[in-house]
Amino acid sequence: MDIIKEISKNLESGNTGEVVKLTEKAISDHIDVKIILNEGLIGGMSIVGERFKNHEIFLPDVLLAAKAMNAAMDILKPLLIKGDVPGLGKVVIGTVQGDLHDIGKNLVAILLKGAGFEVIDLGKDVAPEKFLDVAESENAEVVGMSALLTTTMPVMKTVIERAKARGFFGKKKFIIGGAPLSADYAREIGADAYCYDGMNAVDTVKQLLKVG
Amino acid sequence: MIALLDRIKQPRVILADGAMGTILMQRGLKQGEPPEKMNLEKPEILEEVAREYLDAGAEIIQTNTFGASPLKLAFFGLSDKTEEINKRAVQIVKKAVGNRAYVSGSCGPSGKLLQPYGDVSENEMIDSFQRQLKILIDEGVDIICIETMTDLREAVLAVCTAKSISQSVPVCVSMTFDSTPRGFFTIMGVSIEQAVKGLTEAGADIIGTNCGNGIEKMVSIAREMRKLNSIPLIVQSNAGIPALKDGKLVYPESPEYMAKWIPELINIGVKIIGGCCGTTPAHITLFRKIVYEYYN
Repeated sequence: MDIIKEISKNLESGNTGEVVKLTEKAISDHIDVKIILNEGLIGGMSIVGERFKNHEIFLPDVLLAAKAMNAAMDILKPLLIKGDVPGLGKVVIGTVQGDLHDIGKNLVAILLKGAGFEVIDLGKDVAPEKFLDVAESENAEVVGMSALLTTTMPVMKTVIERAKARGFFGKKKFIIGGAPLSADYAREIGADAYCYDGMNAVDTVKQLLKVG
Repeated sequence: MIALLDRIKQPRVILADGAMGTILMQRGLKQGEPPEKMNLEKPEILEEVAREYLDAGAEIIQTNTFGASPLKLAFFGLSDKTEEINKRAVQIVKKAVGNRAYVSGSCGPSGKLLQPYGDVSENEMIDSFQRQLKILIDEGVDIICIETMTDLREAVLAVCTAKSISQSVPVCVSMTFDSTPRGFFTIMGVSIEQAVKGLTEAGADIIGTNCGNGIEKMVSIAREMRKLNSIPLIVQSNAGIPALKDGKLVYPESPEYMAKWIPELINIGVKIIGGCCGTTPAHITLFRKIVYEYYN
């Protein structure tokens, strides 16, 4: 089996040690880092995402694959920056202020990274200005907001209102997700899209940025 | 009152109480606040809830300790209050129900994931359960109820920890399943068959399912569980899946709708029937009536 396929297979089964070893070997074999990234890591992660969507695998499998992906990305990142490989786009993501629920948000971050986007994860309990400050300084194209609570979801509206005040609105895309949310709520607050699950978030960001 | 394990051997179904968290939200608990803090700050509300479920006809009343393991309380900076919160919770229910109902010590998930997919070791998880369960048992609960579990490993650790503290206090453990096109699985990927096997082998006295579904799906889960072995079963259904109406969570299943399914649960052989999120004393009152009619 060729080494790229091996990376993808080991990533699927969450075998961090093997993925790291194979990634290092692929680099020393002078395989193009873009191929290692796109066909090995992202290729493996997209299979993981699909299988998760189809309920063939579950949260622990995705988390293990993500750990393997992150470990390999640590090795690839310096080479990617040096080689100036353009990413698909940059997404700033977080759970809104007052809300400590981050399982869903973490999953979306994993799947977006897995799909080849650069993800800046601000964590949970993120203040409205923080989303916008980081989106501005990092020049991110997309801001993703998550909430599990009905009491915290209005923070999303605040973020969008401040984005309007700061002149971001229309320039950056705003997506929302979380149990109490809906497409109707996204329309009501002026968000660009509501994502009903992790893979839907990946598809939505691809559509919004017209990539992939 | 006879010991709960003897009561379970009697043919008649046992009625447990309904929701705690969603009831507390109706009575002033703010979303995002830990319900367990009320044990220290608003004990009178918890006493009131316990009494209402007792009056509704519940034979088992739970403590407000679902999130009172130190790992979970740490999310709110309250882990140093573990002992006090759990102790107070048992005292409150005991004060409210005396010996007219069995007191069930509730224990929910730690909120953390085990290694290797998460960052908590098995020993850390055991320590956390140990701290909570020890107090509940020392304070004299009649049963430990480990609930809303999605990771079989975590559920088994909790059961074994409870059993290591006391051989005599019965342990009930229930998991939360999602309906997928491939059948029922927890979000962590545990099938009904794996759950029944793993929890029974861990030494649980009662196993079952709570939360995550409305009553119709819970009946399907109970039916599948019953086919696998003969351990006593518990079912605590949500009043459906909540929808958002005018900014408020509304649970769609009325007492009447849910009660219609009670005879079916008894026919399947479910031993303990109660309610989870969205159920109220009104649900339990009607369940009680249906149970009475079933046997008369």
